[in-house]
Amino acid sequence: MSLLEIKNLSVEFGSQHNPFRAVEGLDLTVEQGEIVGIVGESGSGKSVTMMAMMGLLEGQGRIVADTLQFDGKDLLTISARERRKIVGKDIAMIFQDPMTSLNPSYTVGYQIMEVLKIHQGLRGAALKQRALELMEMVEIPAAASRLAAYPHQLSGGMSQRVVIAMAIACSPKLLIADEPTTALDVTIQAQIMDLLVNLQKSQNMALIMITHDLAVVAEVAHKVAVMYAGQVAEMAKVPGIFRKPAHPYTEALLKSIPEHSKGAHRLSTLAGIVPGQYDRPSGCLLSPRCPYVQDKCKAQRPGLTAIEGGVVRCHYPITAKEA
Amino acid sequence: MLSFIFRRLGLLVPTFFGITLLTFGLIRMIPGDPVEVMVGERTLDPQMHADAMHRLGLDKPLYAQYVDYISNLLHGNLGESLVTKSSVWGEFKTLFPATLELALAAMVFAVVCGLLAGVIAAIKRGSIFDHGVMGISLTGFSMPIFWWGLILIMFFSVKLGWTPVSGRLDLAYDITPRTGFMLIDTWLAEAADPAANAGAFKDALMHLILPAIVLGTIPLAVIARMTRSSMLEVLREDYVRTARAKGLSPARVIFVHTLRNALIPVLTVIGLQVGTLMGGAVLTETIFSWPGIGKWLIDAISRRDYPVVQNGILIVATLVIVTNFIVDILYGVANPRIRHAK
Repeated sequence: MSLLEIKNLSVEFGSQHNPFRAVEGLDLTVEQGEIVGIVGESGSGKSVTMMAMMGLLEGQGRIVADTLQFDGKDLLTISARERRKIVGKDIAMIFQDPMTSLNPSYTVGYQIMEVLKIHQGLRGAALKQRALELMEMVEIPAAASRLAAYPHQLSGGMSQRVVIAMAIACSPKLLIADEPTTALDVTIQAQIMDLLVNLQKSQNMALIMITHDLAVVAEVAHKVAVMYAGQVAEMAKVPGIFRKPAHPYTEALLKSIPEHSKGAHRLSTLAGIVPGQYDRPSGCLLSPRCPYVQDKCKAQRPGLTAIEGGVVRCHYPITAKEA
Repeated sequence: MLSFIFRRLGLLVPTFFGITLLTFGLIRMIPGDPVEVMVGERTLDPQMHADAMHRLGLDKPLYAQYVDYISNLLHGNLGESLVTKSSVWGEFKTLFPATLELALAAMVFAVVCGLLAGVIAAIKRGSIFDHGVMGISLTGFSMPIFWWGLILIMFFSVKLGWTPVSGRLDLAYDITPRTGFMLIDTWLAEAADPAANAGAFKDALMHLILPAIVLGTIPLAVIARMTRSSMLEVLREDYVRTARAKGLSPARVIFVHTLRNALIPVLTVIGLQVGTLMGGAVLTETIFSWPGIGKWLIDAISRRDYPVVQNGILIVATLVIVTNFIVDILYGVANPRIRHAK
C-alpha cells in the first residue's frame, strides 16, 4: 500500500455558479521513503494540492476526490479533529518564506516545543531536551542559546532550519517542502537542500518537494510530477523523464534551463502564459502554446496514458512520435 | 528600552506647559469672575468687588497670575478652591475613586465585549454576526453620550425599573468610605454587618451598571472594530498557516497565535481610550449625578473656581499621559521586536 494515494483530486475556489478549478483530476502516489518532485510554473496548482491534503484550505476551497488516502486513513471522510492528529505529526510541511512562517511573538524554542507538547505530550526536561536535539539535528550552531531567540533575531537560513526542526519534530512519515529554498540566497539554498535530503535518509521519510528548480529535482528525486494549469502533465521516474521527456511541456521546461542552451544566443522559451481562470481552452490546456499542436489537441482534452516509467497527458507523446 | 523611557519623559515637559497655558487661558476667557458668580443676581458694589478680587489675587495682571500659578505648581502646591477653601488635591483625592471605579467598570465592559465581538466577527467574517457587530459598533461610536445615557435611563430605569436613576448608592445605606470604591466598601460593610447593610453591594452594582455601559460604549465600538481588522490582517499571515499545519486546535491557533499578535495595535487603541473615558466621564457623571471628577470639574467651571479648574484638569491630563506612557511600555512587552530595538 502506498503511503499517500491521491486519485482524481479537484480543488475549486470561488462561487458555486462560477467556480475556478485550481486543481483538476490530479493523481499522485507516494511510497514510503520516496522523494517526489512536483514542478510547474506559478499558479499550476502545486501548493494548493498539498494544502488541500493537509486540510489548510478549510472554508476556502472545495475539495473533491475519488481517493485521498494517507497511511491507510481516508483524509476525505476523517473529522477535523482526527485530521489534526495526523497533520503536524505524520504529515508535516515546510513553507516558502521562513521569515514570515514563524510567529514573531514567541521564541523559536516555544514554537518547536509546542508541536512536541501537542502531539507527543512531552513535558518539562524531556521536552526541552528533545527540542535541543532537534535544533542540533538541523545543524543550528549554539542551539541551546538559540532556543530563547525570537524569529527576528535569526537569519533567513536559520529560520528555515527552525521551520524544518518544527516539521520533523514528531518524525513524520511524509514531509512536504513547498519551495523551501526560493526565499533564500544561493549558498544557503544548497545547504538547506542537503539538510533536507540527509534528514529524509536518516529519518526514512517520504519527501514531496515542490520547486521550480529542475536541477535539484534531477539530483535527488525518485519521481517527478510536472504540473500545468492544475493538471499533471507528466509523471515519470528520474532520470528517465529528464532523458526522454514525453510531454511537450516537460521538454520545454528542460530546454529553458540555461545550462542546457550553452552557445545559444537566446534561452529557449515557450510563448504565452498559463491560461487563467476564464481563458482555458476547450482542448488540451497546453494547445495554445504547444509547438507540436495538431487539430485533435484543440478539440479534445487528453487523458493520462501510460508510458515507460510513468504517465503522460498528451495525444501525441514525444517518445511515441519518434518511435 | 531605558533611553526610550527617558526620551518619552523628556517630551512630557512641553506637554505640561501647554496644558497649564490652555486651562489658565480658557477659564479666564469665559465671561464673569468667581466673585460675580458667588454674588449671583444681587447687585454688587464695585468697591467690594475690587476688594474681593484683590483678596483672591485676581487683580494682578494676567502674566503675574500665571507666574504665581506656575511657581506654586513647581513647589508642589495645587492651591485651594476659591469656593470651598479646601485644597484642590484633597478634593481630588476624595472624588477620584468614584471616577476611577466608573472608568474601570466601563473599561472592563468595553475590553471584554469589544475583544470578544471583534474576534468572533473576524472569524465569522462576512456573516450576519460580523455585519451586525460592525453596524452596531459604528452606531455606538457615533452616538452622543448624553443622549445615549438619557435613552438608557428612560428605558431601564424609568420604564422597566431595573436600575436606579442616579447616584452611587441608595440613601438608605450608610457606608463608611474606606477605599472610596463603592463596590469594595459595600462588600466590606456587608461582610462586617450583614444585618444593617444587607443588599448594599448589589445596590452599588446596580448603580454602576448603566453609567459604565454609557461610558464604555465608544471605547467598546473602537476596540471591537480595531480587534476585527487587526485579527483579519494577522489571520492572513504565513505563521498562522504554519500554526494550522502543526495540527493545533482552532482555539489555539486563534488565541495563542493570532490574537497575541493582533493585540498589539489594539493595546495602543485601548490606551488612547483612557482620554476618551475621561472626557466621557464628564458627561456621564453629569447625567447620572455620579459624584466624581467630571462632575466636580463641571461645577468648578460654572463657579469660575480657577484653581480647581486649572489643577483639576492638569491632574486628569497627567493621568491620561501616564496611562499612555504605561501602554507604550506594555507595547514593548507584547512585541519582542520593539523590546529589543535600541
